[in-house]
Amino acid sequence: MTQSPPAERKVDWKDPQLAATLRARHARERRLKLLGLASLGAAFAMLFILLASLAASGYKAFVQTHVTMDFIISEQNVSPDKPEKGKYRKVVAESLQAVFPEVSRKEMRQLRKILSNGAQYMVRDAVVADPSLIGGVLRLTVPVSDPYDQLNKGEIDRATPEANRRLSDREIAWFDRLKEAGMISTPFNKALFLNADSRFPELAGLKGALWGSFYALLVCFLLSFPIGIGAAIYLEEFAPRNRFTDIIEVNINNLAAVPSVVFGLLALAVFLGWFNLPRSAAFVGGMTLALMTLPTIIIATRAALKAVPPSIREAALGLGASRQQVVFGHVLPLAMPGILTGTIIGLAQALGETAPLLLIGMNAFITSAPESAFEPATALPTQIFIWADSPERGFAARTSAAILVLLGFLIIMNLTAVILRRKFERKW
Amino acid sequence: MTQQETGAGGGEIKISARDVQVHYGDNHALRDVSVDIRDKMVTAFIGPSGCGKSTFLRCLNRMNDTIEDCRVEGDIRLDGEDIYAPEVDPVHLRARVGMVFQKPNPFPKSIYDNVAYGPRIHGLAKNKAELDEIVEKSLRRGAIWDEVKDRLDAPGTSLSGGQQQRLCIARAIATSPEVLLMDEPCSALDPIATAQIEELIDELRRQFCVVMVTHSMQQAARVSQRTAFFHLGQLVEYGETGQIFTNPSDPRTESYITGRIG
Ligand SMILES: Nc1ncnc2c1ncn2[C@@H]1O[C@H](COP(=O)(O)OP(=O)(O)O)[C@@H](O)[C@H]1O
Ligand SMILES: [Mg+2]
Repeated sequence: MTQSPPAERKVDWKDPQLAATLRARHARERRLKLLGLASLGAAFAMLFILLASLAASGYKAFVQTHVTMDFIISEQNVSPDKPEKGKYRKVVAESLQAVFPEVSRKEMRQLRKILSNGAQYMVRDAVVADPSLIGGVLRLTVPVSDPYDQLNKGEIDRATPEANRRLSDREIAWFDRLKEAGMISTPFNKALFLNADSRFPELAGLKGALWGSFYALLVCFLLSFPIGIGAAIYLEEFAPRNRFTDIIEVNINNLAAVPSVVFGLLALAVFLGWFNLPRSAAFVGGMTLALMTLPTIIIATRAALKAVPPSIREAALGLGASRQQVVFGHVLPLAMPGILTGTIIGLAQALGETAPLLLIGMNAFITSAPESAFEPATALPTQIFIWADSPERGFAARTSAAILVLLGFLIIMNLTAVILRRKFERKW
Repeated sequence: MTQQETGAGGGEIKISARDVQVHYGDNHALRDVSVDIRDKMVTAFIGPSGCGKSTFLRCLNRMNDTIEDCRVEGDIRLDGEDIYAPEVDPVHLRARVGMVFQKPNPFPKSIYDNVAYGPRIHGLAKNKAELDEIVEKSLRRGAIWDEVKDRLDAPGTSLSGGQQQRLCIARAIATSPEVLLMDEPCSALDPIATAQIEELIDELRRQFCVVMVTHSMQQAARVSQRTAFFHLGQLVEYGETGQIFTNPSDPRTESYITGRIG
């Protein structure tokens, strides 16, 4: 053993070549960070542009121009025996005539259009509720019709030639007179949430769509949550691993990627075609959405079940728990936050889903809110679709407002999911 | 290979295994293991990593049943009764043969519920008072009662590692098992906690048949009365601990003990 051990290799960290590699490594890291920041910035810019443009066009729909005036409820027009059968059109006309005494009978037709078509019904409802008003005067705040609303919101440019304007000079003058008399107000547009859809933009609201979406999501949840969890538990905890379960697994993952319009076609053929379920009903919408939400919930549930550490299963099995006791007593409760998060995200997706609902007719024009899941209804996204398709100016702002409402719900749901996940996050 | 009884100390034969073979799919993990494990003493399984100690331990309470492609052959008897017989319910068997794992794994529930879980699922307590009694007795026998008696509602996961492991031992004791299997119960613990557990194991052997896997030969020497040396899926040597460590009969055992395999 005369051989000396190999000389110790010394690394000279000051060597310029080594220093250069180190610098290059740092530079690469900086570049990566910059790229990440840039893409994040781009994403935020897009989001900002989207929200800003929606808010800019939508905020006007959150207020509505109203006029407060006295309606003369004469006994000629409204009989005290049958207040609901009164001639309220005439009541409105006569009351307007009282405000504008100089307007001729011929111009009256034109003048009447200053008020929303719904004004007469609002007067009627007030009188029916309080018949003692008959023979007296009712002070009521009613919406103005869409063109005047647009005028008040500055959407109609007074400088454009009269021929190209939706309101004539005289009509604008009438409105200005009301305004000078302090009869015009622009309160928060409660009708946007309390009314169902209408042909008249100033009367149209989201109540029907909100209820429709609520019922559809409820049905969707009631179907997809238990079925999804059941399927996931079976696949994850009980099913043998074989070719058959492999095929099922692949198909579930594929189902999650199927375009939603295909589910709509399926629902149209099966639910409406074979089973003759009612068209446009939120119940059918919910079933269709459940088809799409199921794979999401199954995948989320399986991931959550997998994430439960095996040591917990071993502990319970080692004590003599049966497989079912292990799953329902230990694994499922621990996986619940993850399952709920996945479910909420699935439901949020379902809430925004439009195409399948269009196919089963949830884009019908329905002027009353549904009272059950089996009545025809629209949903938020289909309502947006309908309004976006309407020519009246007033619907443009309402479309944006409805999108903002939908986004609001989506943000609330996703926040709930995040909070749930934070709250129950567990360190093993 | 049948082991001769060396007669020294201890009780009856509690578990007797004959020609046990275990396959994980194509992997023949355990070959021809035959061993008699005696009651009221600590039997240690030693051997290099991957030699099949845990696998054999898990045969004794049929935990291998829960692994999908695991196949167990041979004959394992508890008190002369074949535990792989079709009429034996593994759920019931696991109440009689408790198990403690390498990493402390309390349920994320209260200390009380951890210990009460076994008695509850097996219906061992008729009422709350009886259950309270079982819990207290088990925690006392697990040598952790004094540390937790004032906070039985605290989550089991809030305890320190050593306390968690003693809680797991108490939880295993709560179903009144006859055998306690421990798979490297101290390998995730610091030396002080290890010493506490070793002391506890020494105490437990008065009541139970304790079978313990360990990778620490010192630990086997300290706490066990008999030792089995496994190597490459085979039981190489089995006998009194003192004899295995001072005068091993197989050269492989000797190499392992002197640190040449491992
Ligand atoms: N769940 C399992 N699935 C497949 N093979 C396993 C499993 N558990 C253990 N084995 C294999 O069985 C052999 C013995 O493992 P094990 O009993 O865990 O060894 P030890 O506990 O002595 O370190 C190893 O080759 C290991 O790869
Ligand atoms: Mg092991």
